[in-house]
Amino acid sequence: MNAKALILCLLPVTASAQGFAGLGTEVEGFSTPAPDPVFDFPADHGPHPDYRIEWWYLTANLEDADGTPYGLQWTLFRSALAPYEAEGWDSPQLWMGHAAVTTETEHFVAERLARGGIGQAGVVADPFSAWIDDWALEGDWQTLQMRATGADFGYDMTLSAAGPLVFHGEGGYSVKSAAGQASYYYSQPFFEIAGTLHLPTGDVEVTGNAWLDREWSSQPLADNQTGWDWFSLLFDDGNKLMGFRLQQTDGMNYTSATWITAEGETTPYADGALQVEPLMTNAAGVPVHWRLTLPARGVDVTVEALNDDAWMATSVPYWEGPVTFQGTHQGRGYLEMTGYD
Amino acid sequence: MTRVAFAALLSHWGRNPVQLFTLLAGLALATGLWSGVQAINAEARASYDAAASTLDEGRYDRLVARDGAAFGQDVFVTLRRAGWLVSPMLSGDLDGVRLIGIDALTAPAGMGPVTLGGDVNLAAFLTGGNQVFANALTASRLDGVDVLISPDLADHTAVADIGMAQRLLDRAGRIDSLLVLPDQPRDLPPLAQIAPDLTLQPAQGGTDIAGLTDSFHLNLTAFGLLSFAVGIFIVHGAIGLAFEQRRGMVRTLRALGLPLRRLIGLMLAELLVFALVAGVIGVALGYVIAALLLPDVAATLRGLYGADVSGTLQLRPSWWASGLGIAFAGTLLAGGSALWGIARMPLLAAAQPRALAMAAGRRARWQMGAALVLLAVAFVLAFNADGLVTGFALLGTLLIGAALALPPVLNAVLAFASGRARGVTAQWFWADTRQQLPGLSLALMALMLAIAANIGVSTMVSSFRLTFTGFLDQRLASELYVSTDSAEQTAALIAFAESRGVVVLPIQSADVQIAGQPAEVFGTRDHATYRDNWRFLQSTPDAWDATFAGQAVVINEQLARRGALGLGDMVTIGSLTLPVAGIYGDYGNPIGQVVLAEDPFAAQFPNVEARQFGLRVPGEVAAVVTDLTAATGIGAGQTIDQAGIKAVSLAIFERTFTVTTALNILTLAVAGFAILMSLLTLAAMRVPQLAPAWAMGMTRSALGRLELLRAVMLAVLTAALALPLGLALAWVLLAVVNVAAFGWQLPMYLFPLDYARLGGFALLAAVLAAGWPAWRLARTPPGDLLKVFANER
Repeated sequence: MNAKALILCLLPVTASAQGFAGLGTEVEGFSTPAPDPVFDFPADHGPHPDYRIEWWYLTANLEDADGTPYGLQWTLFRSALAPYEAEGWDSPQLWMGHAAVTTETEHFVAERLARGGIGQAGVVADPFSAWIDDWALEGDWQTLQMRATGADFGYDMTLSAAGPLVFHGEGGYSVKSAAGQASYYYSQPFFEIAGTLHLPTGDVEVTGNAWLDREWSSQPLADNQTGWDWFSLLFDDGNKLMGFRLQQTDGMNYTSATWITAEGETTPYADGALQVEPLMTNAAGVPVHWRLTLPARGVDVTVEALNDDAWMATSVPYWEGPVTFQGTHQGRGYLEMTGYD
Repeated sequence: MTRVAFAALLSHWGRNPVQLFTLLAGLALATGLWSGVQAINAEARASYDAAASTLDEGRYDRLVARDGAAFGQDVFVTLRRAGWLVSPMLSGDLDGVRLIGIDALTAPAGMGPVTLGGDVNLAAFLTGGNQVFANALTASRLDGVDVLISPDLADHTAVADIGMAQRLLDRAGRIDSLLVLPDQPRDLPPLAQIAPDLTLQPAQGGTDIAGLTDSFHLNLTAFGLLSFAVGIFIVHGAIGLAFEQRRGMVRTLRALGLPLRRLIGLMLAELLVFALVAGVIGVALGYVIAALLLPDVAATLRGLYGADVSGTLQLRPSWWASGLGIAFAGTLLAGGSALWGIARMPLLAAAQPRALAMAAGRRARWQMGAALVLLAVAFVLAFNADGLVTGFALLGTLLIGAALALPPVLNAVLAFASGRARGVTAQWFWADTRQQLPGLSLALMALMLAIAANIGVSTMVSSFRLTFTGFLDQRLASELYVSTDSAEQTAALIAFAESRGVVVLPIQSADVQIAGQPAEVFGTRDHATYRDNWRFLQSTPDAWDATFAGQAVVINEQLARRGALGLGDMVTIGSLTLPVAGIYGDYGNPIGQVVLAEDPFAAQFPNVEARQFGLRVPGEVAAVVTDLTAATGIGAGQTIDQAGIKAVSLAIFERTFTVTTALNILTLAVAGFAILMSLLTLAAMRVPQLAPAWAMGMTRSALGRLELLRAVMLAVLTAALALPLGLALAWVLLAVVNVAAFGWQLPMYLFPLDYARLGGFALLAAVLAAGWPAWRLARTPPGDLLKVFANER
């Protein structure tokens, strides 16, 4: 199946593609996020089939005993063709898994696709289990086991939460555009992670920090938004910052940020508070050096990719990789960029 | 100057319209036959490619149940969850169409409906929207589903989502097989641990079918080339004659100051214009030929190899390129020597036209030399050819060598007859025939090739038919064949057979590799059916005794040839190693076979369960079928009576050669046309030679009768010479090309009556071709004959 067809897979029934991966497409029949959400856990760790798009998105900054840095990604996307779940092959819920390991010189990627309804992929809230094929993320959210394999790499990891869940935007209602597109969005940015990377050169024992994002929506992008640049930064002093910039066809941007203290207290910042500016692109034209400023917190840092070529050559391609930053603060984190293909 | 010179050159054709027609028609016919055959080939190949790109399941390893039955889709999920990258497939018959269910999300890259466009509702395809993909022809057979036209899909094949296929085929939750994707993740758990009931079937590679169909296409191509060669003979004749007649004009043009280089350029341009015109006509003609023959070709390929070929023709740019290319190449080939002659002609020499016969003397020696060399090469190849390429090289050298040898041989025969002739008229007849020979020799060569091809191919077809019919009688000895779909049915069948005193012969097989070749092993029950009906090509005296005692095996000819196995050679099947006790003919089967006794088979393949049975029914078959259905519930669809199989097999076989026959007739027609055109061309030139005979008292009608007699006599001589050539051709086809292409040799039978009939047809073609020129001669106004003397040079 070719990439074009796959992208078609990810589209709703009647619409034409708009924005990155059709995420700016109008919705019909699907639920839309509303302000002042009340979350219900553990149920909300599970899927929301009446929303069109949802993900369980984990990124991790790792290092081995020698201090060599690595990045790791484990993602399960749910994309609904219709706002319901059904048994067997008739299920309109499609699942897509992406796994990656990034080193300073290499970037390993694997992708899996599956349909809901037959057991090949899915998410169960309690006891929590998210899986596609042999890839899995399972546990009680205090401790999670995670594994994935590709043709030339794999990993087995254990995660333990060292802090609370944090909610972005207004209590988890994250606005994405001036027109009011929004998603439900919360994270667990306090995971400590340890485990084994299986690489072609051999197994590597690693430890580090992981960040798990949970987000669902039906139209997360406005129809004039073409992609986003998303940052998760872990400051050496224990504070954290989630920030994103949505690119618009009119050349303007929409930004949003959440300041997370070491204790898990959050402060949301609306459009304009966070400023991001690309400084340098890689050979493919994807910005891999950025300047981030959040004057309200005295933050002015330069973010640089660990490996410029962390391109996810998957059926819906994007860039995702570990970063470090310097300036008024320093630390490490993850960068995701879409809409550059 | 250039324009005037070009006009002068072209004026020749205005004065000789028949020559122009001959040239164009010959070239167009040659191109037409060639491009028609190419079109059929291209169409067939495009069909395979479509089938391959749609669902080339054979390209992948697959997991199937050990018993070959369908299994639950939970096995698919289990394997996926263990890390195995596999994709489920289900296929079955829906309204006579092979419906294939796939899972687009896990299928290997490139599989699935290949033309997903903007208007395709993929969500509907995936989620039970009742969507099926098929080409237009197949779509017309499917009712009650939403068929989306996908022209790249093979005929008789429809593709749907697996969930949809399960519903349409009424097989909920079941799958037939799992395709194993080529790039699996690292550290997979072993199959035996997670799905012990499945077995891995290695990819077929698709090469077997490709090899077989290639040989069919090669056959067609050979005929296309033969037809083209016949056509080029005509063109060569016409061009040679035209250039010969224009020597005077060439001399004049050059004397007037036209540079040689430009003159050659103009003549070349003239030829290329003709090639273009004739090429376009030829390709159009080829389209007609292909359109008429393609349904038969499609049926043939489907019947013989199970290869699905669309029965409809699409105009492809490649034919135009290939058709025009061959027209240009043929023209240059035919005109090259003539142009060379003009280029080397001294400025003022050759002022008077040479008689064709004068030139022929020197050419004959050269021609005979070339013929002898080619025939010598053919002779050497006959004993050494072991592949398709050398086989066709043998065919080529044999045919061209024989064609080149024809004029000198005919000349010798005529010289001999001339020496024996008594009486003035007879002597003149023979001498005049020899005089005409050079002008007719190309046409006669064409006729000989056509007759030889006819004899060769009809010998092959008839030999095949005779052998094949006998083979069917041997191999389909059981009166009734029954397939069961469960162990219970099998038990019921055996119980029923026992109660009726009917012998049941299980037909059970397993796929293995023997001597590096894919082969099927059959576990066979000891019964007189085999001993009485199977004929060995080679065997030890007690072949069946040894085989049924578990001491030996018998194998088919294909396996013997490909695996280089002879009597006494050892064959290893699993843990068993046994000698070959016999080799049997197995026509039409692409792969190797080994027959093993029932007990050792069961020991080697404990999981194979017989589901097909041959029943030796002593009395009336229909009554037994009725009772069988009543007693066991085995439906009529599960039984086949032998006569039915035989009829189907023979019908398939008959169609195989329809195409060949049609091409034969066309070739003969082209040869007849060549004779007609040669005679018409010669007619005008012959008036000066006939006028003295007329002046000395022979009536015009007597001259006409002699003309006809001459044509018949030459045709008879040519046909007589074509007979041994045709038989040699048949031998090459049966003993060399067939072995290389199919892996088995056919015994050669002779069919004198067929040859006589073919000779009759050739004669008829010659008479028809000579009739009109002779009639014209008989009607030549006496004034024209008198003018010869008035204008005498």
